[in-house]
Amino acid sequence: MHTPRHRPSHPARSLPALTAATALVLAVSACGGTASGGKNSADQGPGTPGGTYSVALTEPNHLTPGQTTDSYAIQVIQGLFDTPVTLDPKDGHVLPLAAASVDSGDQKVWTVKLRPDGTFHNGEKVTAQSFADAWNAAAYGPNGWESNYYFAQIEGYADLNPDQGQQPKAEKLSGLKVVDDTTLQVTLSAPFSQFPMMLAFTAFAPLPKAAFSDPKGFDAHPIGNGPFQMDGDWVHDQKIALKKSASYTGSRKAMADGVTFKIFTSKDTAFTELQAGNVDIMTTVPAARAPEAKRAFGDHYSVRPSGTMDYLGLPLWDPRFQNPELRRALSMAIDRPGVTQAIYNGVFKPADSVVAPMIPGHRDGACGEACTYDPAKAKALFDKAGGFTGPMELYFSNSDPTYEQWMTSVANQLKQNLGIQDITFKKMASADLGPILNKRQGTGPYRQNWVIDYPSMQNYLDGLYNPDNRMGWSSKQFDALLAEGNAAKDGKDGLAAYQKAEDLALREMPLIPLWNWQDQSAWSTNVGHVLIDPYVTGLHLDEVTVKH
Amino acid sequence: MGRFVARRLLHAVPVLLATTFLIYALVFVLPGDPIQGLAGDRPVPPSVLAELHRRYHLDDPLVVQYAKYLGGLITGDFGTTFRGQPVADVIAERWQVTVRLGLTAWFFEVVLGIALGVWAGLNKGRWADNVVLGATTLVIAVPVYIVGYLAQLVLGVRLGWFPVSGGDAGWPTAYLLPGLVLSSFGLAYVARLTRASLVENLRADFVRTADAKGLSRRRVVVRHTLRNSLIPVVTFLGVELGSLMAGAIVTEYIFNLPGIGQQVFQSIQLREGPTVVGITTALVLVFVLANLAVDVLYGLLDPRIRLD
Repeated sequence: MHTPRHRPSHPARSLPALTAATALVLAVSACGGTASGGKNSADQGPGTPGGTYSVALTEPNHLTPGQTTDSYAIQVIQGLFDTPVTLDPKDGHVLPLAAASVDSGDQKVWTVKLRPDGTFHNGEKVTAQSFADAWNAAAYGPNGWESNYYFAQIEGYADLNPDQGQQPKAEKLSGLKVVDDTTLQVTLSAPFSQFPMMLAFTAFAPLPKAAFSDPKGFDAHPIGNGPFQMDGDWVHDQKIALKKSASYTGSRKAMADGVTFKIFTSKDTAFTELQAGNVDIMTTVPAARAPEAKRAFGDHYSVRPSGTMDYLGLPLWDPRFQNPELRRALSMAIDRPGVTQAIYNGVFKPADSVVAPMIPGHRDGACGEACTYDPAKAKALFDKAGGFTGPMELYFSNSDPTYEQWMTSVANQLKQNLGIQDITFKKMASADLGPILNKRQGTGPYRQNWVIDYPSMQNYLDGLYNPDNRMGWSSKQFDALLAEGNAAKDGKDGLAAYQKAEDLALREMPLIPLWNWQDQSAWSTNVGHVLIDPYVTGLHLDEVTVKH
Repeated sequence: MGRFVARRLLHAVPVLLATTFLIYALVFVLPGDPIQGLAGDRPVPPSVLAELHRRYHLDDPLVVQYAKYLGGLITGDFGTTFRGQPVADVIAERWQVTVRLGLTAWFFEVVLGIALGVWAGLNKGRWADNVVLGATTLVIAVPVYIVGYLAQLVLGVRLGWFPVSGGDAGWPTAYLLPGLVLSSFGLAYVARLTRASLVENLRADFVRTADAKGLSRRRVVVRHTLRNSLIPVVTFLGVELGSLMAGAIVTEYIFNLPGIGQQVFQSIQLREGPTVVGITTALVLVFVLANLAVDVLYGLLDPRIRLD
C-alpha cells in the first residue's frame, strides 16, 4: 500500500517507494550525464504530429506552480507552463524558454529579459509583472505556499517571512523590480551564480491575473503559457486532460494533440493498466515490477540516472560522534556495492562523492578511501578514534520496506566489522522522523535522501551542509568556499570552489554518502520519442509522438 | 414504531460524539507534525509552518481543536484537507463511488449468497452442498487483496472480460469485478449462514407440521422455513452494508476507484484529522441507520418480535 505517504505533498522527497528500485538490469540508459530515451532508434517510433496519449500519474496536490513542489504536479505543470529557462536534457545546462536571456554582471543583480510574444492560454500577455506577481505570492509566508523557500535568496524575503508570532513587514519582495513589460530585475541578498538554474523550476513560472482573482478555480483549471492547455477541469483522483495550445509561440511546440494523465492511487494498478495497453507511459515503474517490465517492454523500458542520494546523517552534538576518524570508520565499514546488489539488484549506484555522476562538477572517487569498503582499515581507524560506547540507535522512516532491509545489513556490517554490539532500530513514520531530525533530537545515525532541485553542486552542498543542517555540523571554511563558488563570475572558478567545499565535507564526514538512485520507465508501442530527463522536466510531454 | 425509530436516532447522538472524539484524538495525539511530514526532508520555513499550523488548528490543545472542529461541524463546515479542498466536497464527490460499489457488492451477497445457501441447504450432504462448503471455505481463507489482484489479472488483463481498473466505464461495468471481489468474504459467509440456518429449521417441528398438513414443498420452504432462517442472515446483511462501505479501502485501492475508502487510506497516511473524522462520522451514520433498518425488518420477518 503506497502512495499517500508516497505522495505527501513532497513526493519528490518522500517518494522513495516508487523510484526505489529493484531491477535486473544495470542501466539500459547511457551513462554519465546523458538522459536516457530519445536517443535509441526504438524510441523514434511514429513521427507525425497529432493523436493523443496517456500517462499514469499519482494525484498531485496542486496545479498552481508556486503552491507545489510535488513531483507529480510538476509533471503536469511543465506541460502547462513555460518557466523562464529550462535545462538541457543532455547535460543540465541552462537554455532560454519564456525568457530570452538571464544575465548579471555581479551575480547579485540579475536581469531577466522576456520573449515579447508570450501569451497565456486565455490571451493575456505574459509580462514581467506576471512573473513578479507569481513569485511574490509564493514568497509571502502567510500564503503557506509550498515552494516558499525557493525564493529565500531574493532580497526582502525575510520581511515576508518573519519569525513566529510576528506580522510580515511587507507583501512584496523588495528585490523584484518590473522595469518594463519584458524586463524583470531581480536583486539577490548575496551573489549567487547558480540563480539561472533555479529559474527552470516550475515555481518560477508566471501567473495570469485569474490566478489571484479565483485561486481555487485556477488550481482546478490553471491557465498557463506552455505548449499544452487544460482540456476541461482537473477531475480529482481520476484524470487531468491537456490539449495542444493553438496560441503557443515558444520553442516547445507539442507534437501530439493532447495528453491525458490517468490518476492512480496504486502504482501496481497503474502498471497493470500499462500492461493491458490502457496507459501509454509510466515514468516510475514500481520497484518490484522492474524485472517484469524489462521482460515485457524490452526497448520500451529504460533506466535513467537520478540525482537522489541516500545517506546516513550523524548527530554531531552527541560527543560519541564528534571524532571525524570515527565517522570515516563507520563509512568504510559499510559495503555499498554489496547492499546495492542485494537490495536494489545493482540498479542503485554506490556513491563515491556527494554529488551524483550526472551533475556538472562530479568527480569519480572524490570521496576516495573514505567511501570504499575496507573492514580492516575501518576497524583500525575505529580503534584509533577510541571506539564507540553505549547502544547505537539507527533512525529511518517506514515509507519504504527496502529501508529496513538495507539498514539491517548496515547494522550487521557495523557489528561484524567494528564490533559495535548493541545496535537498535528506531523505525517510524516520516511525519514523526522529520520533527525529530529538525529539532536535532535524534540520538544516532539516521537515513535520509537528498533530492535535487536543480543539477548544481551548490544544491547538494547548500542543501545538505547549510548552517542549519540536521547533523549540527559547522565549518567556517566550508561556508566561505560555498560563498566563493556562489560569487564566482566564471563557471569554472565556481566549480573549483564547490569541489574544495565538497572535499572538506567528505573529509569531515558529518554525513555518510551511500548510493544514488535510478528511475525506471516503460511505455507502449503506441508512442515514440519518449524523452525523460533526470533534471527538472521529467517526461518531455511536447516531444512525444503518437501512432494514429 | 415511530417512537422506536426516534429513540434509536437519539441514541445515535452520543455514539457519534464519542466516535468522532475518539478518532480525532487518535489522529491528533499521534506524535509528529503532519505538516513537516508533508514536506519530507526539506525544512519548512517557520513562517509557512506557523501559517499552516494556524490554518489546521494544530497548535491548540486536543480539546480545543475538537471543540473548534465540532463548532465548524454544526455550521456545516467539515474542515479542509491539506490540499485545500473542503472535506464536505471530497465526501460528496467520492460518496457515490463507494455507495455504488457497496450496493453492487451487497447485491451479490444478497442474491448469490442466499441462493447458494438455499441450494446447499436443500441438498444437505450431497455434492452441491460440498461444492458450496468447499468453495466458501476457500474464499473465507484467502485475503481479499489476493482475490482482488488475481481477479484483476485473470479476468481483467488476460481474459479482458472486465475493465482492469477505474470508474471510467461507469456503473455497472466498472463496478462488477470490484463488487464481486469486495463481496467475496460476505457472500461466502451469507451462503454458509443461510445454509446452516435453513438446515436447522428444516428439522423444526413447525416445518414437520406444515409438511404434514400437505402444503407444497415450495410453500413450506419459502414461507415457513426460509422466512425464519433469514433472521440471522438479515442481521448480518444489515451490518455488512456498513462494513462494505468502510471495507472498500483495499478494493478501491486495487481497482483505482476514487471512493471513500481510497480517501480514508490517503488521509490516514497524511494525518489529515478533519478528513478522517468527517468520513468516519458519515460511516458511523451509515452503521446506525443500517442497524435501525435491521431492527425494523425483524418485526416484518417475525411479528412476535416487538419493537417498542
